Amino acid sequence: MLVLGLFGVYAFVVSIQNANYYYDPYLSPFYSPCLTTGCVHPTFPIIGDWYNLSPAFLIVGSPLAFRVTCYYYRRSYYRAFFWSPPACTVPDARAKYSGETRFPFNLQNLHRYALYLAIPVLAILWFDAIGAFSFDGRFGVGLGSLIMIANVVLLSGYTFGCHAARYLVGGYLDSFHGKSLRFRLWSWANQLNARHSRWAWFSLFSVMLTDLYIRLCAMGVITDLRWVS
Amino acid sequence: MPDVRMKVWRGDATGGAFVDFTVPADEGMVVLDVVHRIQATHAPDLAVRWNCKAGKCGSCSAEINGHPKLMCMTRMNTFAPDEEITVSPLKTFPVVKDLVTDVSFNYEKAKTIPAFKPKPKEADGTRRMYQEDIERVQEFHKCIECFLCQDVCHVIRDHEENKPSFSGPRYFVRLAALEMHPLDTNDRIDLARLKHGLGYCNITKCCTDVCPEDIHITDNAIIPLKERIVTRTYDPIAWALRRMRGKSADLGAGEPEPPSA
Repeated sequence: MLVLGLFGVYAFVVSIQNANYYYDPYLSPFYSPCLTTGCVHPTFPIIGDWYNLSPAFLIVGSPLAFRVTCYYYRRSYYRAFFWSPPACTVPDARAKYSGETRFPFNLQNLHRYALYLAIPVLAILWFDAIGAFSFDGRFGVGLGSLIMIANVVLLSGYTFGCHAARYLVGGYLDSFHGKSLRFRLWSWANQLNARHSRWAWFSLFSVMLTDLYIRLCAMGVITDLRWVS
Repeated sequence: MPDVRMKVWRGDATGGAFVDFTVPADEGMVVLDVVHRIQATHAPDLAVRWNCKAGKCGSCSAEINGHPKLMCMTRMNTFAPDEEITVSPLKTFPVVKDLVTDVSFNYEKAKTIPAFKPKPKEADGTRRMYQEDIERVQEFHKCIECFLCQDVCHVIRDHEENKPSFSGPRYFVRLAALEMHPLDTNDRIDLARLKHGLGYCNITKCCTDVCPEDIHITDNAIIPLKERIVTRTYDPIAWALRRMRGKSADLGAGEPEPPSA
């Protein structure tokens, strides 16, 4: 509860700040893809100057929806915030209970759509992470580059090990016989899914730490360690 | 070995209370051994259901210090030497006497799941299953029907009124084993949602936590069933694809009215 709450507060504060999210060549994951012409480092500048709010607000919905509807996080926040139940064998806080059959909790059934939205964002984060090895056109390695790569690896492990992904790549089949590609994909997703909770937490921390590192560099608080060819 | 102190719930359907017992302990004891020693030395009329004492029959389920566990698989050396241990009956089911509960709710639910209905035999007179298909459903067949998952599930533990419309994790495992079976031809997706109340499950994973057979009930049975229900009922793309392919595009009825809402 404390960690989820802290992450929520951190994400909100950095999203409204609209500054210190880019330190060449690093772009904070909270602001990627940057969709406005007013961005310090636009990814796809498709929204004009008329938009004067933080660009983070335009993209925060996708990863937020993915995490909010994630089966693992549902378990955590039903326990932590709804006390339904607070812990196993501890009585529910509410006298009435309808589970996920009524609005708004039946919207959890659209988790796979949140996955569909999260995958392109993840692809762009990979693009950013690979771009983080290019310093004014020259190859280099900075501590920020390594942090960004670690972040997208963790995010990929979380995204592709998700229960909806596991279902969509092959879990919907009753028989895998003669469907070796889908069986292989399903098996890989199963392996990731077995540690889905770890991927979920580590990727949550890594997004926060990646942003924090870039933010501190941009603010001049720390200096990026880097080697450039 | 120091004596062991145990509080055992004693009573019947009309009420009861914890009774203190202190008995000599031996090396290697499990909770069920202590209960048997209490029966032998202090309370010969203490009711307890047990059978194999090897964690395979699922009879000796109880709540030990409030946690649903098998008494025969809970070793005494997992407690601190001077720790007071409480043993009480499963809270979700009505008490018959002392530690024995009436678990017939589960058998009534079992009757409502249609039996395995295999595909027609192949030309050579056999039916074939392949290893990659067997592995997935084999996990579900480990269930020993101890009903600890049923006991811990808050949907029926804390909401008695949900019992008619919610079958509980044990039966989602059963439904998943049949629904994912490569040879079964019965469609159990609407059944899981409408008759067995899968939508009431909010995946808090307590059932998985207490399973003595380490079946990943939530991840491997409940969530895959939920995803199949999503495809059938909630996913507009899946619905459109079914229409394009000329398959039934029926979305099924809406969610059943929850008794406790």
